[in-house]
Order: sequence, then C-alpha cells, then structure tokens
Amino acid sequence: MNCIIIDDEATARAVVSQLCSKIPELDVIQEFDNAIEAIKFLNHQNIDIIFLDIHMPGFSGIDLVQTLKNPPKIVLTTSDTDFAIASYEYESIVDYLLKPITFDRFEKCIEKVKKELSKKTNTSQSTDQNIDVNEDLYINIDRRLIKLKYNDILVVEAQGDYIEVKTQQKNFRVHTTLKNIKDKLPDNIFLHIHRSYIINFTKIIDIEDNSVLIDKNVIPISRSNRPELMRRLNLL
Amino acid sequence: MEIPNINYIDELAGNDEPFKNKFIEILKMEFPVEKLEYLDNINNKRTEEGSQNVHKLKHKFNILGLQESYKLAVIFEEELRLGNDRLKNEFVKVLDKIEEFLKTI
Repeated sequence: MNCIIIDDEATARAVVSQLCSKIPELDVIQEFDNAIEAIKFLNHQNIDIIFLDIHMPGFSGIDLVQTLKNPPKIVLTTSDTDFAIASYEYESIVDYLLKPITFDRFEKCIEKVKKELSKKTNTSQSTDQNIDVNEDLYINIDRRLIKLKYNDILVVEAQGDYIEVKTQQKNFRVHTTLKNIKDKLPDNIFLHIHRSYIINFTKIIDIEDNSVLIDKNVIPISRSNRPELMRRLNLL
Repeated sequence: MEIPNINYIDELAGNDEPFKNKFIEILKMEFPVEKLEYLDNINNKRTEEGSQNVHKLKHKFNILGLQESYKLAVIFEEELRLGNDRLKNEFVKVLDKIEEFLKTI
C-alpha cells in the first residue's frame, strides 16, 4: 500500500513515517508540509492512503478532502477529537489518529484501512457482474419508482408512518412500514436489530456496547436482537 | 511542575537509534522556531495567530510526556482564540522548561 503524509509539523511527519516503517506492506512515497503541494502530487499519482493533519495554516486537511475528486482512503492525524468525529461525513475518511499516536492504535488503523480497500475491490468486482433482478428493490418516491441495489442500502429506519432508507449517496423517505420492507429484504444481508432499525449486516464497521456503526450512522441494538447479531458474527 | 521525558520517543524508536537521534534533532530545530513565532505573536497581541502556535506547540508537550501542560495548552489555545491571554505567563514557563530540557538530550 502506497501512502503519503501531509502535516505542517516536521516532528509529526517523522512520527507517522516511523510508524509506517514498522508495517511492511506500507510504503511512504512522499511527505508534504502543506496541502497544496500534496494536491499537485495527487493529480498525477495514484496512492492508497493519505495520513492527513486537519489543522494546517491556509489550506486545511478538510479543504483538501473537499478538493479531491477521487480521494484515496484518508486517515486524519489530529489532536481535535470533535473535529475528527465530525469529519466522518466524508466517505473517504476511514479513521482518525489522536496525537501522540501509539503503534497499537496505528496497527488497528491500518487493519481498518485494509478492510476498506478490500471492500472497494469487492464492490468494483460485483458491479462488473450481470445484474440480477433479485438484487434490487424499487421504492415509490413521489410517483417515481426508484431502483436501489440491496448492496447500496445501509440502514432502514422507522419514522412513524414512514421509513427512511439510508444509502451512501442519499436518504429516501418512503410511506410504508418497517415490517413491509423487512419482508422484501434478504435475511442473509439484512438484520432487524432494533424495533426502529434494520441494518445491512455487511456494512457494519464496528460494534461497541449496545450500538453498531454503519458508515456514519450509530445504530442502537436492542437487548432482544443482540443474540442474533452475535450469532451471525464471524468472531475470532 | 512536570518534568519532560523521552519515553514516547524511546517507544516509537524501539531499537532504531538513528531514528531516535534524527527525531530529537528535528525537535531541537522545530521547537525554538515555533516558540519564537509564538512569543512574537503574543507580545504583539496577535492572539488568533498565537492560538495557532499553541496548537502546534502542544503536540510537543504530548511527545515529551507533559500531560498536565498539554491540558493547560488546550485551554490556552481556546482562550487565545477568544482574545484572552491570561495564561501566557504559565504557558511560557512550560516552553522555557522544554527549551532547557532539549539542551540536555
């Protein structure tokens, strides 16, 4: 995996570079002390990961994320937890590392990036295959039938007489019940984990106490549904 | 007051002595520049810019194991952003201590 490091502080770059050197698969291609130079580089070079400081004078890390058309996987390096969490709204941001970064935490981060990169490969492979009608669901929005691929659906949330179907690109509000959509969704991919939520099981990023993280959505797990979730996990 | 240490640098370097030496060299080069810039901004009442200097300097506090000073820096950075420099004397004591420590390593 090729990576670059962007941080205006030389010590911070040295820390990340040293941590990268301990992971054999990681190859630091270049370091930058400002985002502008990095953008110029990224315009003609493909890389897998950017280790990016948020807080840089002039052009910040977030400005950079917003500028890149096809960003690689991005790991934020920062001391501002709040800012880092807020930046999860960007699909390309996989993780954030709080300074001072420890090797244990860095290793976990790299595992997470690897998973994300393999997901990306799997997704592009599956889009190359013939589309099976059974992999789609049509939803009725303002008299238009909109096709959603099962794989694109992250979460379905009950909202009174409506449900909200959340995808990575957009959320759709549909006048129906959670039970109705549950009957239409394949059991091997979707799981009813709370009275108000159905999740795409394959999209889980992590599970913590009584909630799961899917994309940027933190979804509660009800006590009664927890055993089924745990049963399905490929636990080590 | 806390005493700076190089525990984090040791942990990061492991047995990599060249890295450790290089890292300390970078620290010794970068810190005085950031301190000077900070003092210039604070002495000229440029609190917003001073806040950005504190943001950078506080990472060095972390690297040198100065956890209490780091907490002070977090508050000071925020106060400077709002134009309040009441913690500047306390903050400069930490910077002086680091400067002295860097001469010993």
